[in-house]
Amino acid sequence: MTLAETGAPTWSWNLLADFQEMWSYPFMVNAFRAGAVVAVVSAVVGWFVVLRRQTFAAHTISAVAFPGAAGALLLGVSAVYGYFTLCLAAALVIAALRGGGDHHESALTGTVQAFLLASGFLFIALYKGLLEGPQTILFGTFLGITSSQVTVLTVVGAVVLAVLALIGRPLLFASVDPQVAAGRGVPVRALSVVFLVLLGAATAEASQITGTLLVFALMVIPAATAQVLTARPALSLALAVLLAFAATWLGLTAAYYSPYPLGFFVTSIAFAGYVLALGRRSLHEVLGRTRAGATPAAKKVIA
Amino acid sequence: MTVLLAASPLSHPFFQHALLAGTAIAAACGLVGYFLVLRAQVFTGDALSHVAFTGAMAALAFGADLRLGLFAATIAMALLFGTLGRRARPDDVVIGSVFSWILGLGAFFITLYTTSRSTTNGTAGVTVLFGSVFGISSSSAAVAALVAAGVGLLVVLIARPLLFATLDEAVAAARGVPVRLLGYGFLALAGISAAEATQAVGSLLLLGLLAAPAGAAIRLTDHPYRALALSAALAVLQMWAGLFASYAVPRMPPSFAIMGVATAVYAATFLIRWLASGRRTSTAAPTGT
Repeated sequence: MTLAETGAPTWSWNLLADFQEMWSYPFMVNAFRAGAVVAVVSAVVGWFVVLRRQTFAAHTISAVAFPGAAGALLLGVSAVYGYFTLCLAAALVIAALRGGGDHHESALTGTVQAFLLASGFLFIALYKGLLEGPQTILFGTFLGITSSQVTVLTVVGAVVLAVLALIGRPLLFASVDPQVAAGRGVPVRALSVVFLVLLGAATAEASQITGTLLVFALMVIPAATAQVLTARPALSLALAVLLAFAATWLGLTAAYYSPYPLGFFVTSIAFAGYVLALGRRSLHEVLGRTRAGATPAAKKVIA
Repeated sequence: MTVLLAASPLSHPFFQHALLAGTAIAAACGLVGYFLVLRAQVFTGDALSHVAFTGAMAALAFGADLRLGLFAATIAMALLFGTLGRRARPDDVVIGSVFSWILGLGAFFITLYTTSRSTTNGTAGVTVLFGSVFGISSSSAAVAALVAAGVGLLVVLIARPLLFATLDEAVAAARGVPVRLLGYGFLALAGISAAEATQAVGSLLLLGLLAAPAGAAIRLTDHPYRALALSAALAVLQMWAGLFASYAVPRMPPSFAIMGVATAVYAATFLIRWLASGRRTSTAAPTGT
């Protein structure tokens, strides 16, 4: 471990000096860069996930990254290929099987998820090469992110964001009111497929940093927090990005100065923000001071 | 452990324990899972299974028995979800947010455990995540079987009112069925069976045992009680098939074998439904329910 060699770093409360110290290590710079890209992309995609109530699908796609990485290791290729192949494939499968819209779909999603996780376990059992394997894949690590990985993350992230920007308006319409959108000639189903593919790509990206089990946290919690705080789409989208970014960078800093894993800090910081937002909302409801009709509008977006 | 292919698997104590615990756990999961699917609470089951991991890791980190953490965490979380779920619409997002934090907490406890305690049990995390049905001792197999039998019995006892409350909540409430209490009781049972099943198939794969047999049973029959019984029967058969398959192929982990069989059976029901609907006229075709 690189951190063990440098001795235990200590937090001095001198922010400038602390960041200078952290960023004197290339692996930390790469971690912060990768974290920034991943936070922005997953927050934007996650905002639509929360709006569209597709959290279970998002969780399944993120879980699928685990067999992807394990399978790639078994085949002897880079885990990145495994992440992207399986996340995109799972997104397409879910898109293809969608449509029934009843509870059998969730039984199907659950079965697919459990089977693929089991396959990942089989790959790990067959591989036997690395002991730490499953836990690193599942809970993530920020050590050892290379510059070329950061480049790949940035390029893929830019493509995802560009496509989202292109379909953003009709997608928002289709998410808030699918029936009216379909009636107005918006290709709801095609948009849904495209969005799931974007979700798959974003998940594959984030999996490499936070681990496959915690991607979901970065996608859902900041977006949920932002949508609790404000009902205006553009503002809450910006807020989600800001929150995810803050959670990732604070998490990286905390993980650097402590022996505990990054995933724990990222999820805890994000969740603390969510709890605070919920507390603020219930406080407002108790006091009866709804600010300029924010609450009815918020209900409309959340419903 | 060297596995002798020549001898019958039933002559090995570890296999007997696995069979005993596995059968009871599978039956309980099949029964609970049917209601989970019917009540559209599969996501809750998923969250409970992940919570089981954190509970187990917390118990280990504090030096307590693993099972204590499993049960405490899943039951507490089941009741919390029950409280959150009824009131507001955004329960999917709430569940997702809560359980991803809980998972992060699990990652914390696993580090705490592996750094503070010696490396005597360094693979505990992987064991909890993916299960080790062949590693169950005779005493814990007996406990698991008893608890699972209790869960199964309770589900059968409340099956009638629970079914009523699930299919038509408003009418059930009007007729005096304690809908809310049943909801909580059922979630607690789901929590207990999640904790149980974690020992056999692991917290990550648990969802397969809950969702696959139930999903298959619902596809095969529309009759509620028949589907309930079928779900339990399928779960038990899948458990047996998985255990024997894993015994025959030692490199294949039992958890994978069980999931593989469960998925194959579920996939087969799609084929059966498809063939059945193909024979009828298009107007009489089932609507996918």
